[in-house]
Amino acid sequence: MAVYLDHAATTPMLPEAIAAYADALSVVGNPASIHSQGQASKRMLEEAREQIAATLGCDPIEVVLTSGGTEAVNLALKGLWWSRNRDAARPVILAPGGEHHATLDTLEWLEQHEGAEIGWLPLDGNGLLHPDVVASALETYGDRVALVTLLWANNEVGTIQPVTEISALAAEHGVPVHVDAVAAYGYLETDFGAVRAASGSTGAAGLVAMSVSAHKVGGPVGVGALVLSRSAKVEPLLHGGGQQRQVRSGTQDVAGAVSFAVAARHAAAHREAEAVRLAALRDRLIDGILSTVPAAQLSGAPGDGRLPGNVHVAIAGCEGDSLLFLLDMAGVSVSTGSACQAGIPEPSHVLRAMGRSEIEARGALRVTLGHTTTDEDVDALLAALPAAYEQASRAGFADRTTTLGH
Amino acid sequence: MSGGVDSAVAAARAVEAGHEVVGVHLALSRMPGTLRTGSRGCCTIEDSMDAQRAANIIGIPYYVWDFSERFKLDVVDDFIAEYAAGRTPNPCMRCNEKIKFAALLEKAIDLGFDAVCTGHYATIETDAAGNRELHRASAWAKDQSYVLGVLTAEQIAHSMFPLGATPSKAEVRAEAAERGFSVANKPDSHDICFIPDGDTRGWLAERVGAEKGQILDREGSVVGSHEGAAAFTVGQRRGLNLGVPDPGGRPRFVLEVRPKTNEVVVGPKEALAIGEIAGSRFTWAGLAPEHPDVAFDCDVQIRAHADPVPAVAVVQPHAETGEPELMVRPHTPLDGVAPGQTAVVYVGTRVLGQCTIDRTVSAVPVSA
Repeated sequence: MAVYLDHAATTPMLPEAIAAYADALSVVGNPASIHSQGQASKRMLEEAREQIAATLGCDPIEVVLTSGGTEAVNLALKGLWWSRNRDAARPVILAPGGEHHATLDTLEWLEQHEGAEIGWLPLDGNGLLHPDVVASALETYGDRVALVTLLWANNEVGTIQPVTEISALAAEHGVPVHVDAVAAYGYLETDFGAVRAASGSTGAAGLVAMSVSAHKVGGPVGVGALVLSRSAKVEPLLHGGGQQRQVRSGTQDVAGAVSFAVAARHAAAHREAEAVRLAALRDRLIDGILSTVPAAQLSGAPGDGRLPGNVHVAIAGCEGDSLLFLLDMAGVSVSTGSACQAGIPEPSHVLRAMGRSEIEARGALRVTLGHTTTDEDVDALLAALPAAYEQASRAGFADRTTTLGH
Repeated sequence: MSGGVDSAVAAARAVEAGHEVVGVHLALSRMPGTLRTGSRGCCTIEDSMDAQRAANIIGIPYYVWDFSERFKLDVVDDFIAEYAAGRTPNPCMRCNEKIKFAALLEKAIDLGFDAVCTGHYATIETDAAGNRELHRASAWAKDQSYVLGVLTAEQIAHSMFPLGATPSKAEVRAEAAERGFSVANKPDSHDICFIPDGDTRGWLAERVGAEKGQILDREGSVVGSHEGAAAFTVGQRRGLNLGVPDPGGRPRFVLEVRPKTNEVVVGPKEALAIGEIAGSRFTWAGLAPEHPDVAFDCDVQIRAHADPVPAVAVVQPHAETGEPELMVRPHTPLDGVAPGQTAVVYVGTRVLGQCTIDRTVSAVPVSA
């Protein structure tokens, strides 16, 4: 059985979430139907929504269920930008480098097709966005800012951002904030209402939108949510039957919501204890890697500045995909960064945004822990890594000069 | 595994022969210019997915290895530089020489593999002393040993070609269908992979730069003008647009491209006949001949699908530089040979070696 250490890509579904999913799938009824069977479905859906809302610190009406994190991010960014540009020209979106591709590619699209202007916010060497950077950007761009978007915690290097401080700055300027909490949810306290209160966010200013995904917390792939504060206005991406506050049309996925709710409740109930357990495993893993492979350098914030389940190292002198291959052959699943479409590992744009050179960014290895991770899994990686490193550094870089042939 | 039918069947056969096989797809192009560096123009995502589906069916692990930087340096840039220098390169041979059997093979060996296995139609035989020799495929119609002629003994020692003894491509397609590969009827690739629309001339014009120049006859008289010498290849007849007609009214062909002076030389078809070719960049595909400096009989082939022609070959010092070069004299003159092409030398079915052609000598003197 392979050792699974890629929980940031997706984490195993909880058996109870699978059971709830299967049970709910056998219930007939469109929650929008008027008859009793439709009403029964609607009840299941709304109970699930309430339970999900409770884990997010928001009201049930503020949970807009989506097909996942990517759709939630798209809805927040495009929806807020279009809405903010209805009555006045506010082309600017403030965003840090090193965001997830769901954000980067959406911003690029808005820039190319809708005339948006992106104000890129620099990260420090640990991947941290300093509030004073945000403050000065808000001053510089003034009334032209449509919104601010940022990751709650970086999906690659695990660095946790000062979401409350940044939301407070935006609230002062009357600017809405979207937070991509996909990687943070289930591992950190991601309480929407608490951050809104602590940051003085009122109405449509400050924190107004937050994206999460079910499959990162033991729920099914294909389900996520955008938490959208009551007063926030977004233009919808999908038009149709007007479900979910007219914001997200389409027949609602009752079984997905039910399963998501089970996983969300489980994650919330165990979060504090899990965070302590995972942080201890994480620190043992980091210490083990740094002591057995001296060429390895930790990326992202140290200690509790990073996600409890995230280990990210850059290993000098070898290619991340060689390490990944050799560890895979040794039965350990890890990643070089975020999961990507064609299976081609790219030099991490997150490390590049943190000021690392492309060469340094190449030997990236991300090891992420989750609810099934044990001491033995950590031991397995630590046992396999030195040999993998030695062999991978023999192979060196893919663009080295060849000696075979003439 | 390119995503085509040949490499898929080759992989399946290697597994059945008892080898421990891992599927590798080469990412060879990376379009720069956006934040996201992953969008690729060739070796498409669809090809990668086809290769992965075949690997799934065979039941082997599958990875994509990115050699885009090496490919750009060794194949694409080389292709442009060769054309700019008035030569006619073969990028597929360069890719075999520098990427598949060098960059890929070296990385594979370092990562613990023994050999690279491809879907090329060629065979490897072992002589009495245990030396590995590269030979033509059993079916000459599909033979691809020409494009492997650049391989050295060391590379051949780490190569496997499980399709070499297959009687026909139809057989490989039938086997692929039987194995349930979705690519069983996928068309063969023909064009240069990094020129997606197949417009080689247009692609080169953008990169090499083109300036108006003169077209001369063999005696040096101006007979026309052109929009850039690099766009012409030896043996070309079309698109010459000559203002001065040939005295005898005969069709004229490109005989020579001179990039330094931006001139193109044209003449009658018989002047294309080449009686001698030579190149200093030569290799032996396996054990070198014992006395390469003593002229020996062989067959020479100058294109992937050309017929081999009986010839004599010898390694001798270049008349001016003194540098050793492989010189080949075909018994009957060869048509349309251009510097930059590869001359592969065979003895029977065995690939003996090759040279990249530096110079050619016409079989017909200028005064003729």
